[in-house]
Amino acid sequence: MLIRPTKPVPENEVTDARLWLGRRQVIAAAATGLLAASLPAAATPSGSAPGLGALSFTPGKLPAGETLTSRDKITSYNNFYEFGTDKSDPAENAGALKVLPWTVTVEGECHKPGQFAIEDLIKPGSLQERIYRHRCVEGWSMVIPWIGLPLASLLGRVEPTGNAKYVAFETLLRPSEMTGQNSHVLDWPYREGLRLDEAMNDLTLLAVGLYGDVLPNQNGTPIRLVVPWKYGFKGAKSIVRIRLQEQMPQTSWNMYAPGEYGFYSNVNPDVDHPRWSQRKERRVGEVFRRETLKFNGYGEQVASLYAGMDLKVNY
Amino acid sequence: MRALLATRKGRAALVWWSVWVLCLTPLLAVVYWVGTDQMTADPVARSLRYLGEWGLRLLVIGLALTPLKRLSGWCWVMPLRRMIGLYGFFYVCLHLLTYVVIDQGLDWDAIWKDIVKRPYITIGFAAFLLLLPLAITSTNAMMKRLGCKRWLRLHRLCYVIAPLGVVHYDLLVKADARWPIFYGVLTILCLGARLPMFQRGTRPSGPAREARPVPSQA
Repeated sequence: MLIRPTKPVPENEVTDARLWLGRRQVIAAAATGLLAASLPAAATPSGSAPGLGALSFTPGKLPAGETLTSRDKITSYNNFYEFGTDKSDPAENAGALKVLPWTVTVEGECHKPGQFAIEDLIKPGSLQERIYRHRCVEGWSMVIPWIGLPLASLLGRVEPTGNAKYVAFETLLRPSEMTGQNSHVLDWPYREGLRLDEAMNDLTLLAVGLYGDVLPNQNGTPIRLVVPWKYGFKGAKSIVRIRLQEQMPQTSWNMYAPGEYGFYSNVNPDVDHPRWSQRKERRVGEVFRRETLKFNGYGEQVASLYAGMDLKVNY
Repeated sequence: MRALLATRKGRAALVWWSVWVLCLTPLLAVVYWVGTDQMTADPVARSLRYLGEWGLRLLVIGLALTPLKRLSGWCWVMPLRRMIGLYGFFYVCLHLLTYVVIDQGLDWDAIWKDIVKRPYITIGFAAFLLLLPLAITSTNAMMKRLGCKRWLRLHRLCYVIAPLGVVHYDLLVKADARWPIFYGVLTILCLGARLPMFQRGTRPSGPAREARPVPSQA
């Protein structure tokens, strides 16, 4: 009955630093078959996709007055119900996911639908670091150095038609490796959506990396949505399908509890979750709560998207 | 040790103190885990949940002892009820203190709004208020002052408190209600076992078992 937090990794199980730092060489060597037979399994960093190579990106700027949340906290405290409903489950279970090969299908109301290999999406020159505040609907928050490409750049490539009003996102459905999908907590696959103008906003990011490296599995490998002015659950993880469409898409949490999770789900201290207040949040690493900012502090960039809308109705 | 085990009194004391220490370990564990940064990235939220879960768990275990005795004939579990119930109250108090002092940072305005507006907090707070008279009247002296009958009637409040605790728990989870459902089923079983229709036949009978009658049904 005792629920234990994850045990710390004993020193003798920690991958040797030289192996860790040299993992890309080890993997590259393995690829050419030189070391294939003698490759120690421990050389692959657990919990992140091997084989994608180093990310090259333009560095981002830390928002004034913010401190980065540590990599350790960002990668050990996750809501990713595909791997279990406890915050520690994804870090424990997501290692089972075989990431490569990975393609993202972009379809629907666009002139040039297509399938994009992840290697194509993380090409040098396209990636930027974006340091964003992340606010969970549960009342905690982090500051995360994402690496990714603006969603607008991918949508630009497929040329949306005039009928495209919304963008729908779908997470991978693979219950054999995403063991949480065997329990019917949510109606799988996980679905999310944005209005097209929200999707085209410069803040909206398809993240492929974290802290300079490829996304760890538990954070939504290899590609996930980040919409920093909305609650965290809007950020669909491990995306395999993006669909442009005329109708407002169904979204997983809205399907689960329509009265609690709306389509928009903008961070808003004035609109409470029916069961708890959204006025304050606890920044991970701090003890006491701080005031939550409207649009998570990104009002300058996004408030105009909702001009004239009653945000209490469109929660 | 052998001397302790030789008498019924000695054995009872040994059981009692063992359970006393067992009930304290969750608190020692959480202090250790918080101190060594093992309570997730949000130790306040995690500890809050953990303390509440132990409160509910012990209250439900307290409720289970009477049916357990009836099923198994283990009379020795009965003297543990008061301690386990009080420990449940103790963890509920720690849970409430964590919420008021750390989670809400003594923001009385926000706390009052929570109690009034959030059904799960209203229910949780109601359960706490109902626990107070039970904790206050848990001493032998209070039992005597109230008289056995009135004391028993008052302490039937725990039949209400445990379900309130379960509802409080169920209302706050985001999805995955497996644990609240588990405690809910357990509570229903413990309360259902007290219905008159289940009491006939299962009550231990015969002179050997009637030798040490236990005064209460509560």
